[in-house]
Amino acid sequence: MPAPDVNPLMMPLRLIAAAGRAAIMWADKGRAFILGTRNYAGLVAQTSVRVPLIVKNFDITTNHIYTLGIESIPLVTMIAIFLGSATVTQAVYQMSGMIPFRYLGALVCKTTVTELAPVITSMVFAGRVATGIAAEIASMKGSEQIDAMNVLRLDPLRYLIVPKFVACIVMLPALTIWAILMAFSGAAFTVAVSVDVTMHTYLSGMKLFFKAYDVYVGVGKTAVFGAIVAITGAYFGFEAKGGAEGVGNATTKAVVVSAVLILIFDFIIAVMVM
Amino acid sequence: MLRVEHLKKHFGNQIVLDDINIGVDKGEVLCIIGQSGSGKTVLFRHIIGLLFPDGGRITLDGQVISSPTTKPADFDRVRKRFGILFQGAALFDSMDVGENLAFPLREHTRHTEQEIEKMIGESLEMVGLMERFKTKMPAELSGGMRSRVGLARAIVMKPEIMLYDEPTSALDPIMTDKINKLILSMRDKLKMTSIIITHDIGSAYEIADKIAMIREGKIIFNGTPGEIRQSRNPYVQEFIRGERKSHYALDNEEDYADQVDINKLKQRAARPGPKTHTQAALQGQHQPNAGQNRYIPPGRRQ
Repeated sequence: MPAPDVNPLMMPLRLIAAAGRAAIMWADKGRAFILGTRNYAGLVAQTSVRVPLIVKNFDITTNHIYTLGIESIPLVTMIAIFLGSATVTQAVYQMSGMIPFRYLGALVCKTTVTELAPVITSMVFAGRVATGIAAEIASMKGSEQIDAMNVLRLDPLRYLIVPKFVACIVMLPALTIWAILMAFSGAAFTVAVSVDVTMHTYLSGMKLFFKAYDVYVGVGKTAVFGAIVAITGAYFGFEAKGGAEGVGNATTKAVVVSAVLILIFDFIIAVMVM
Repeated sequence: MLRVEHLKKHFGNQIVLDDINIGVDKGEVLCIIGQSGSGKTVLFRHIIGLLFPDGGRITLDGQVISSPTTKPADFDRVRKRFGILFQGAALFDSMDVGENLAFPLREHTRHTEQEIEKMIGESLEMVGLMERFKTKMPAELSGGMRSRVGLARAIVMKPEIMLYDEPTSALDPIMTDKINKLILSMRDKLKMTSIIITHDIGSAYEIADKIAMIREGKIIFNGTPGEIRQSRNPYVQEFIRGERKSHYALDNEEDYADQVDINKLKQRAARPGPKTHTQAALQGQHQPNAGQNRYIPPGRRQ
């Protein structure tokens, strides 16, 4: 084995070189991030301006409303019921001995309506839909179907993304309303069978500080999350490179980035409207 | 009709197309041949407007359709004059065969549904598929059938120039022959100009009026099938014969002896001084991993 070069005079130079390499690497990453953000914003803009075009092929959109929205109902029902039950159980445990149980209903209602149901539903929706969109677009790209659409002057955004975008924006709030109702039923069921609070105390507590505004904000912000899910799926689908592995990477990135963006925008919206 | 002039393209540091000049006249069949990675698919994507050059231009009937300043939207004006058959046919797999063919017609023409049905029927007939295939999904079709449906979808819009990206590369010899005949019959029936990207030299001989060979981003041959057989360029000969010549490396001495006198090489190798791998091999002293990176078992390390 060759002896390592231990010339002490070279050490500072090597440090500088290593620092330079690291700086270049981070600069590249930063550049990629900025370019990616710009492309993502471009995709949002291009998709939004094409929304009026769905009228001509409205059957594609209704199809997606069914496959992305209606078919998500069993999943959403399931998670929402357990979400409500868990919230009540936890709340009772935290409140017992400190806070009167007549506030139990108010606590469960507020947390569910403003945060838990919208965010958890959107996360589950992202897991189901953003991955699906990313995988579909990525494999279409891999088999040159996107190129084929381009050369036949069939706008891929218009036929592939916009219908899904609209379906997500319409159906995620609808699913969230459903999820809130299911979470309330799960919570009421838990109050009835499990925890040591009367149904009357719980239900009157729910009405105590109820504000319709909370519901509007809670449900309304999921329209933004729906847009995030559709665009993120599409973005990573179009970015995908290289066969089956590329499709896998695209789906992973789509779900991870959707989840992160949903939480970031959840915070931004909270700061803006609350 | 279509001319590619001084076309240049690079990706990062790598030059993929270097001063490409080719042309095709109306009704001609031009085959662009070359090894994988030679740049022929990149050239194809330039001609169909999916990539735009860094230098040079592409003209169609004297009009510039692609240059470094062309935007994709500008290219849309001429897109309808091109018909394209992709390598795997690129059928939309969420739609059945009929819908695949009808999709561009419904979006770009004002024909009634009956007229569209009739045009689809004609297109399918022209590529030798029966009406009953209309309801099949792409996944249910064999490779050859997919190619034919892809061809039917391309010709349904009545293009003037038809481009084929490796139309026969994944097909068996019988199906290859069928597709070749189909390409010729398309030219005769619809008076189309055809450009075919392929590495199948047999097909190229059969259908081409002109053959251009591309190697490492350069056109190294441009002429008729008769001329390519007589070409003296070693790379062209190598490609059309389908054999790797020994000028790359010494695979075995017998091959090499066909070309050079092995004894002379051995004499030269016997001279003192540093030796190349080949010379060492000729003296029977070749050690592929000789040098600092050689693996030494742990017990013998110093």
